[in-house]
Amino acid sequence: MELLVASAIGVMTAAGIYLMLRLRTFPVILGMSLLTYAVNVFLFASGRLTIGAPPILRDEVSVYTDPLPQALVLTAIVISFGMTAVAVMIGLGAFLGSDDDHVDDQGELRETEGKS
Amino acid sequence: MSHWIIAPIILPALLAPFIVLAARYHIGIQRVLSVAGVVALIGLSAGLAWYVADGSVLYYRLGDWAAPFGIVVVGDRLSTLMILLTSVLALFVLLYAIGSGWDNRGRHFHALFQFQMMGILGAFLTGDLFNLFVFFEVLLIASYGLMIHAGGNARLRAGVQYVLFNLIGSTLFLFALGSIYAETGTLNMADLAQRVTQIGPEETVGIRVAAVLLLLVFAIKAALVPLHFWLPTSYAEAPAPVAALFAIMTKVGAYAIIRVYTMIFPPDLEVTSGLHDIWLQPAALASLAVGTIGILAAKSLDRLVAFSIVGSMGIVMIAISFFSPAGIAAALYYIVHSTLAGAVLFLISDLVRTGRGNVELVSQPPMFGTALTAGLFFAGAIAMAGLPPLSGFLGKLLVLDAALGTELMVWTWAIVLSSSLISVVGFARAGSVVFWKAHSVTADLPAEGVVRPSKLAYSAVGGLFALLVAHTVFAGQVHGYTTKMATQLFAPDTYIRTVLDTPGKLSKPKEDP
Repeated sequence: MELLVASAIGVMTAAGIYLMLRLRTFPVILGMSLLTYAVNVFLFASGRLTIGAPPILRDEVSVYTDPLPQALVLTAIVISFGMTAVAVMIGLGAFLGSDDDHVDDQGELRETEGKS
Repeated sequence: MSHWIIAPIILPALLAPFIVLAARYHIGIQRVLSVAGVVALIGLSAGLAWYVADGSVLYYRLGDWAAPFGIVVVGDRLSTLMILLTSVLALFVLLYAIGSGWDNRGRHFHALFQFQMMGILGAFLTGDLFNLFVFFEVLLIASYGLMIHAGGNARLRAGVQYVLFNLIGSTLFLFALGSIYAETGTLNMADLAQRVTQIGPEETVGIRVAAVLLLLVFAIKAALVPLHFWLPTSYAEAPAPVAALFAIMTKVGAYAIIRVYTMIFPPDLEVTSGLHDIWLQPAALASLAVGTIGILAAKSLDRLVAFSIVGSMGIVMIAISFFSPAGIAAALYYIVHSTLAGAVLFLISDLVRTGRGNVELVSQPPMFGTALTAGLFFAGAIAMAGLPPLSGFLGKLLVLDAALGTELMVWTWAIVLSSSLISVVGFARAGSVVFWKAHSVTADLPAEGVVRPSKLAYSAVGGLFALLVAHTVFAGQVHGYTTKMATQLFAPDTYIRTVLDTPGKLSKPKEDP
């Protein structure tokens, strides 16, 4: 299971970084989402992987899983969800305003193209 | 008394929704509430700063859960000074926003401003690394709204870059926190400081990765070269009062580096040795060089000021990277100076924009209020470039003095001194093109929409400038206090003991004698 979780985090991170380097709003936001999924799983695994154990410590329970990462992941999910929504709205506004979905500055490039 | 330490976070957190819900359509009421809130914040932070000035540590447990299980809010000399600086800066920025009418050019300026204050003050006060992440996100979400306040295509496009870059930073922060938790099992700063020293020499891989990731995150916030690319465009495109408030945001990164790398990963810790002198110091020197070259190369006044922020963060980070008491004391003195000077210059560039319609560095006929604006720019440029008699000069002297005897001393002296010369040239060029040559250009009709800046706008800039002068006049006292602060930072035992040993719920019950 460790291999499965680790490779899932690795693949999602790699795909996220690849998509972010496309420098267009839509792929970049998709890449950001993939990265946040990766980091959520990573945070979840930071309390060690335990199967079928409750996240609470009681007197009769001898095997339990660390509850803190679950709380951290919940916070991280909420924040990243909100952030993605904000990024989508601002990106949409920028695209509708300038009819251009490049993330990086294109101004000077276009000027030189116009001159040549 | 300890309950008061949470008040600077709670007050703006309650005020912001109240402004949205109750005063949504009444800009007058919003202004009154917002200014009253910030004035109350100044009172609170001044009281807290006065209380901890004797070296004690103020401490509050949320829900009375004992550390390291619960979240704690901690105030020592450093964090109370930073919240005082933030609230004083916020007052003048708010007055400028009201005086120039910026707050009325879009909706919800004052609510977002209060949320921004909550995030910044929370980041300075928290004693928990995950809580630091949460407050970073609060201040970032508010700053996204403020950054694109009043709209416009250029601003929205710059906003996209700003948001995405900071989202990457947040993701990195989470990776760093995950690896720290996996290695140590705690995220409370005081508890971390103890546990990191217990890690055996053969098991340091994870904590080394975490320390480097964390440094990267804070370096993004502090706009350290090569992670500074988000800053110039977004600060230049942001509304001027917002950019002036953002002058404190880069200092949040510097504060986090000082806090984490004096307490959790102190310079004498074997695990992270080499992080400061091999990586941080060259990057800081490069920041100063890049910022200064940007000052010389900028084609408009707002970008020039943005690059001068990068340069001044370079000086702050050079002083921090010595990680000696003298270096930290110099860095703290310079942080106060560079926050005030950066804010003054952003507001002045907006005075120019109001008076003549744009901030391009080309000669145009004299603008409204040339004499006063030019005088303020002259004084602000002297402060930022580090010429005597203002505090920039004293700050640079302190940094150079702290550099004596360090390994890269020759490089530090050479780069700090030559960059000062270059930035003097850059500011002089900008000032003479914008203000001086204006009289040799034949006057066409004045551009449309150009008005004389209001008196309130001028007095806000003047007020900030008076603070800079006070920072110069009382340099001895201020530096004495920052030296005490640095001593406290390098002896974190009081902090750690106060946080970990104060009993609360879930702490081990004391055995009866």
